[in-house]
Amino acid sequence: MTVAVEKPEPAQQVEDAVPELKGPRRKVTRPMMVGAILVVWLVLFAVLRGKQTLTLAAADLTGLHRWFNDLNDSVGANRNSNPLFLYFFNEIRLVIDNLVTFVQDLISQPSGDRPVPQIGWLGVVGIAGFVSWAVGNWRVALLAMAGFAFFGLQGLWQESMDTLALTLSAVLVALVFAIPLGVWAGLSDRFNRIITPFLDFMQTMPTFVYLAPLTLIFLIGPASAVIATVIYAAPPAIRITAHGIRNVPETTVEAADSMGSTRWQSLLKVLLPMAKRTVVMGVNQTIMAALAMVTIAALIDAPGLGKTVMQALQSLDVGTAFNAGLAIVIMAIVLDRVTTASSTRAEQARNSSGRFLKWRRPLLGSGAVVVVVLIYLSHTYLWAAQYPGEGTTGSHIANAADSVTTWAQDNLSGVTNAFRDAITNGLLNPFQSLLTDSPWWLVGAALIGIGVVVGGWRSGVTTAVCVGLLVGTGVWSDAMTTLASTVVATVIVMLFGIAFGVWMGRSTMVDRLLRPTLDAAQVMPPFVYLVPFLALFGATRFTAIVAAVVYAVPVAIKITADGVRAVPETTVEAATAAGCNTWQIITKVQLPMARSALTLATNQGLIYVLSMVVVGGLVGAGALGYDVVAGFSQSELYGKGLAAGLAIVLLGVMFDRITQAAARRTSA
Amino acid sequence: MARHWRTGAAGLAVLGLSLTACGGAKVGDTSSGSDNSSGSSAKCGTFNLAVNPWVGYEADAAVVAYVAQQKLGCTVNKKDLKEEIAWQGFGTGEVDAVLENWGHDDLKKKYITEQKTAVEAGQTGNKGIIGWYVPPWLAKAHPDILNYKNLNKYASKFKTSESGGKGQLLDGDPSYVTNDAALVKNLKLDFKVVYAGSETALIQAFRTAEKNKQWVIGYFYEPQWFLSEVALKKVSLPAYTTGCDAVASKIACDYPVYNLDKIVSAKFAKSGSPAYNLVKNFNWTNEDQNTVAKYIAQDKLSDDAAAKKWVDANQAKVDAWLK
Repeated sequence: MTVAVEKPEPAQQVEDAVPELKGPRRKVTRPMMVGAILVVWLVLFAVLRGKQTLTLAAADLTGLHRWFNDLNDSVGANRNSNPLFLYFFNEIRLVIDNLVTFVQDLISQPSGDRPVPQIGWLGVVGIAGFVSWAVGNWRVALLAMAGFAFFGLQGLWQESMDTLALTLSAVLVALVFAIPLGVWAGLSDRFNRIITPFLDFMQTMPTFVYLAPLTLIFLIGPASAVIATVIYAAPPAIRITAHGIRNVPETTVEAADSMGSTRWQSLLKVLLPMAKRTVVMGVNQTIMAALAMVTIAALIDAPGLGKTVMQALQSLDVGTAFNAGLAIVIMAIVLDRVTTASSTRAEQARNSSGRFLKWRRPLLGSGAVVVVVLIYLSHTYLWAAQYPGEGTTGSHIANAADSVTTWAQDNLSGVTNAFRDAITNGLLNPFQSLLTDSPWWLVGAALIGIGVVVGGWRSGVTTAVCVGLLVGTGVWSDAMTTLASTVVATVIVMLFGIAFGVWMGRSTMVDRLLRPTLDAAQVMPPFVYLVPFLALFGATRFTAIVAAVVYAVPVAIKITADGVRAVPETTVEAATAAGCNTWQIITKVQLPMARSALTLATNQGLIYVLSMVVVGGLVGAGALGYDVVAGFSQSELYGKGLAAGLAIVLLGVMFDRITQAAARRTSA
Repeated sequence: MARHWRTGAAGLAVLGLSLTACGGAKVGDTSSGSDNSSGSSAKCGTFNLAVNPWVGYEADAAVVAYVAQQKLGCTVNKKDLKEEIAWQGFGTGEVDAVLENWGHDDLKKKYITEQKTAVEAGQTGNKGIIGWYVPPWLAKAHPDILNYKNLNKYASKFKTSESGGKGQLLDGDPSYVTNDAALVKNLKLDFKVVYAGSETALIQAFRTAEKNKQWVIGYFYEPQWFLSEVALKKVSLPAYTTGCDAVASKIACDYPVYNLDKIVSAKFAKSGSPAYNLVKNFNWTNEDQNTVAKYIAQDKLSDDAAAKKWVDANQAKVDAWLK
């Protein structure tokens, strides 16, 4: 990994040039400096095109890739004799397997000699309503009950309950680790610095890469599925908990200290209660992330809705896949609204009348009695245990989805093809050839230069390290191809993000109308819409870009809208009074003042786009995504897939650090 | 107060329901009717069957599982797994059998020769054919395209936004080794291999091409359910001879015909389970598999229903497996 140390010459020059420009002559703006770097890059590209591009053919491997292969093989060969497995991993597996099986016996799978689970649909709907009401309010309770009843109408009751069982178990396991770690990271800066790279790694490493090794360690079964989900879903809870603890006002903690509370007391009585609202939001994000894993976990035999989606995909059955995807969306929306309601409940209760508080306790008590009756009924009687009906609503939904897709495929493909060719030839191809046909050290130097200009010195150093490691992975050229598509996708995401974000930020009505659609786009498994996209755009890089945009746009829109809304009302009023028209208010007041939100939106948009690289590999994007998928499918390519996964992580870390540093700078 | 009333009313309604609905069937009353095989299940026990993710395999698994359940009284656990993960399961006891293996010499070497956790269990009778295919309209309009020598003549027609000025050869299910990049180079074809990345993407590409009369040539294989929807035509490459594919970068010949075979775990082979016998004897034709695959993929029957339909019509074949 010596390449990381030998920094290429041009980078040095650019870096040296920066402070000089920054100091005396303030007139040289950052965009101008980035422009200068690009011009130098283009000139050198014209001269050096095609040299030292570090290309590697699809079936070729480097030494590192072979070493990863050998490592993987030796784990497999020694599994049954190694004490680490016998006494450590196997125990973990047993505990988690038992947990999942227990929840499944309760709500989804036949248990013991019963042909049905212990609690039937009526009981589960009752519990869902009661718990939602107890932790939230009656509105979300109704939503929860309606949502759960809808699973039955879709003909997906058992699948939904399997997914719920697995998700709940994974979230439980994730929180057992995440909350203590989050508190620790909130209290100690040092631990926070140590754990952040690990969290980045867990969130951006494609699941496909560690799915096969996981089943080697924890065997095929619920334990592997739960652990795969935990790896992806725990980081948000850790980060947000730490954030919540950090944001408790210094003075409050000092007050507690001065009254003589021990560290432990101030943690339990002051910090945690005050951070509760934020911690619950962390739990919410963990649940969402866990649901995003449902389809991928199906590849290692995780039961539930994911299997329905994957199986339907094999015969390109869009309707069935959509029906199951819709169930996942509904589950996500119900769980999201319930946890959100629970995080604000305490405040709302304080604000409402005392009358309500007085009645709350007896009401909860009688609700509990009703739920117990419902559970008893659903345990005993068949009509309450098995969901009645054939799930005809589900087949109606499937048919409707089928006809919509067929219509779109028949009528839109001419337009979509022209659009695809315009973007691919006009934007993507030139940009990609600039990245892949330039010598690697030129691209690296340009990236480092941009990192320094946009994010400052520290992000320049991070970029240099990432560039070095990227070269080390042996998939530099593929990484550049992926980078080109990623940047194009992020630009499109930001165009939509700003347009819709401003619209939503300026009107509560629009916000209320758009938000459910955005939620659905975020949690609908991409596998569901891949088939129609393939029909519209073919197996191309552009299809991958469209899929990534669909997934990443909601986040960008939501963050932008929040930023626009946070602009003080008085400022907007003052501008209106000064005679600005709407366009001027947006471009001169609201967008500039929401600049740090825009940077954050770009950051999140990019990370979300990167998380779709693997899905892109399934629809023709090639490059890193294909390497990962092929590594998952062919044992001799395993090492290359792992290296490609690492490259995706490195790209993510690089851009995250640059944009975060830029965000800090703009908000400062 | 209103809230209180609402809940109270709901509670009363439920209580009322519970009292009046006592006549409903109780859980456990009906269970005796559905599984009548408890007598013989002791002999077979559980049978862990891997299901790899393609419809042809699903058809194999549907029929074998149905027969094992109905005739042998086994408890069949079907596990949806990718190939490599399924093979890993042989060693850990999570998987008993893989029903349709496409070559995979790498996995055979690792798990049969080195780790000795798996053994071969004979052929399925299916012939796996891999090659380059074009949509039927194209084969009809330009019959000479079915010979690789004429491909360069049409290369410009196959150009796409992805192929960088050359003709596009759509490759792509990452599950199988392809020699296509070497083939294109060694046969001096003016084509570029573009990786579609999944079977879904390939099928959709061919489906669109046939419907809109587009020029597409790509990697495909049979038996495959999609061929009964669109009968793709195979392009002939220089014939396969033993050893012509010895050096990967020098390959200039067609893919061999794979005799698809069955792999079972070493433990399962020695267990004496009647399910092992069934797996070993299981044998049918490409046509049989296509029929069941069509029931599943196009007629949208459930696995069990599709299996039952085929088994009822082919009792003699099934009886031979059970001997």
